[in-house]
Amino acid sequence: MRYERPETIGDATALLASAKGRAFVLAGGTDLLVRMKSDAFEADMVVDIKAVAGMSDISETADGFEIGAAVPCAALGEHAGLVAAWPGVVEAANLIGSTQIQGRCTMSGNLCNASPAADSVPALVAAGARVRIAGPDGTRIVPVEDVPQAPGKTTLKKGEFIAAILLPKPAQRSGDAYLRFTPRTEMDIAVVGVGVQLALDAKGVVETARVALGAVGPKVVLAEQAADTIIGTALDDAALEALAEACSAASNPIDDKRGTAAFRKHVAGVLARRAAKIAYERAGGK
Amino acid sequence: MASVSVSTTLNTDEVEFLCQADETLLDVLRNRLGLMGAKEGCGTGDCGACSVIMDGRVVCSCLVLGAEAQGKTIETIEGMAQGSELHPLQKKFIEHAALQCGVCTPGFLMAAKALLDANPSPTEEEIRFWLAGNLCRCTGYDKIVRAVADAAAEMRGEAS
Repeated sequence: MRYERPETIGDATALLASAKGRAFVLAGGTDLLVRMKSDAFEADMVVDIKAVAGMSDISETADGFEIGAAVPCAALGEHAGLVAAWPGVVEAANLIGSTQIQGRCTMSGNLCNASPAADSVPALVAAGARVRIAGPDGTRIVPVEDVPQAPGKTTLKKGEFIAAILLPKPAQRSGDAYLRFTPRTEMDIAVVGVGVQLALDAKGVVETARVALGAVGPKVVLAEQAADTIIGTALDDAALEALAEACSAASNPIDDKRGTAAFRKHVAGVLARRAAKIAYERAGGK
Repeated sequence: MASVSVSTTLNTDEVEFLCQADETLLDVLRNRLGLMGAKEGCGTGDCGACSVIMDGRVVCSCLVLGAEAQGKTIETIEGMAQGSELHPLQKKFIEHAALQCGVCTPGFLMAAKALLDANPSPTEEEIRFWLAGNLCRCTGYDKIVRAVADAAAEMRGEAS
């Protein structure tokens, strides 16, 4: 195996594009190194992107926030501006693993590992986040939900890697939240995760909403019909009930050791209802 | 496989080593630098026995490549005591009998040090959450949590 630490995006994409055999991007390494230790996994080259300028920075731009691909999740919780703007995204990212894992793991890695249960992904999708993908032919910007394709598979092409996650500026009177169900309070993987983001009009009526579901299908689900059930409401009980039903209906989970499909469908609705209430309060709704 | 040449700061010493590209920092510490304090429990980042502090953040050294230590500042358990003077956390672990077999102890101490470096007055809940990534099969955790709280109090200059 070769270890490379390029210092520019161009060098990184060139290394990845010209790699013979299997090349992997290394940011936090909390998934990659675990996989490298398994007998079934072979890496011919690891490209450590942490020496590339900007990869470890959180910057506030005119459009919102730009989070470098190698920013550890712990750093997100230490950024007061980001916590104030996107509390749901930060809470989701901070749920991943232990203190030790938080010091290394990244949202970009969480996304590219393409686990259906990734905690930060539904929160990012609900927030309307996009990623800047660097590649041999230049950069392209795509919505977060277009990155995962199937468990362990992304839509990134050879030579491409995620350089940054782009979070928009939150709209006026908006809020986001992420909740997950796990049997334990920490060090666990989501049985179901739900991200909700909504914006209110001056009267407290939901104007826009995005709802994203994790661990209830092969990839994150952007539940547009579920979001429609609360738009135009003041999030009364009937709206919350409709939201829960729509989230259960949008879920297409499997039975596995962490939970049954029936349980997951039910919990997707329960968590959506609770997350929507938190997002509503954060948006200033009463 | 090509060797990688690495320069790093380890417990305030400038250190240079050669390692394999796929060699973990834990293996470098133990097998090349003779520092046996960090332990391999699981090798997958679940148990925390290999915890070290890298650039101020506690990490699992089994999930860091040796090559990634280039230009970093690494603290291990071997640098915790100042000569023969134990760190307050080490003293309190002994006082509270916060260890039995000792395999998890270097990891707990490094994680606890990182906690107190960042937060001198953690609540019991904060201590328990912070140390959730360190597993101990002997103590039942309670003595560890008390030792950390007591060390924090002592380091704040409060009588215990």
